[in-house]
Amino acid sequence: MNLRRDVFQAIADPTRRAILMLVASQALTAGAIASNFDTARPTVSKHLQILTECELLQQHQSGREVYYHINAKKMKEVADFIEPFRNMWDDRFNKLEAIMKNYKSEK
Amino acid sequence: MERKTKVHAEDGRQEIIITREFDLPLELLFKAYEEPEIFAQWMGTKVLKLESRKHGVYQFETSDTQGNVVFRANGVFPEFVRNEKITRTFEMENTSGSGMQFAVQLEFLEFEKLTDQTSKLTMQIVYKSIELRDQMLQMPFAQGLNMAHNRLQEVVKNLK
Repeated sequence: MNLRRDVFQAIADPTRRAILMLVASQALTAGAIASNFDTARPTVSKHLQILTECELLQQHQSGREVYYHINAKKMKEVADFIEPFRNMWDDRFNKLEAIMKNYKSEK
Repeated sequence: MERKTKVHAEDGRQEIIITREFDLPLELLFKAYEEPEIFAQWMGTKVLKLESRKHGVYQFETSDTQGNVVFRANGVFPEFVRNEKITRTFEMENTSGSGMQFAVQLEFLEFEKLTDQTSKLTMQIVYKSIELRDQMLQMPFAQGLNMAHNRLQEVVKNLK
């Protein structure tokens, strides 16, 4: 499974972003989520499935109902997707700085 | 710790701007880009060629622990002005087999003196398209995700 593509494809879709916004504040059932959209129920189900597969949403059973809630940890990873790029350069530049400080003191 | 390296990537643009302030005099910062041995050390790569002059070329490669070349890149310097600026092209080699296609990118590096003991680097990377820029920006993130995913698979495998 191409996890990277899945996560970014998941959040690229406006309906799925709207679903994430909706469940960010409270856990909801599929029915409650679908009632917020004009789209057909199976379409919403498909979106929920995709979001769950890439771990942006988590399910939990409460009685007969299945509730969807947001996986905050995963969402944070997506929000911080630039951070690893920054870290990569920060590491390189830290090394450069350390090497050149040493170089200076050798002179 | 203070965030010394800043990345600026505006939505819908095909460039990334990276800035960093160094606790180094300008001359020493520039030397780290000019001398092949030093460049190799901090970039963690093998420098095959580095002609630090206008119209010079460079090439470097990175190997894994088994000695297999995993990455090779090259470029030319349209501009090379000591202690001031470096303009270079950057092209990854042999990426066709990996299923990824990358176009040549253009990098503008500006070196500035802040005080006698500090300096600043501004690096502007221009990509062929917005999509390509986003892809490059997400690559370390994606690698991290893949690594986390692979580790998870290892753990699961061991559970069986």
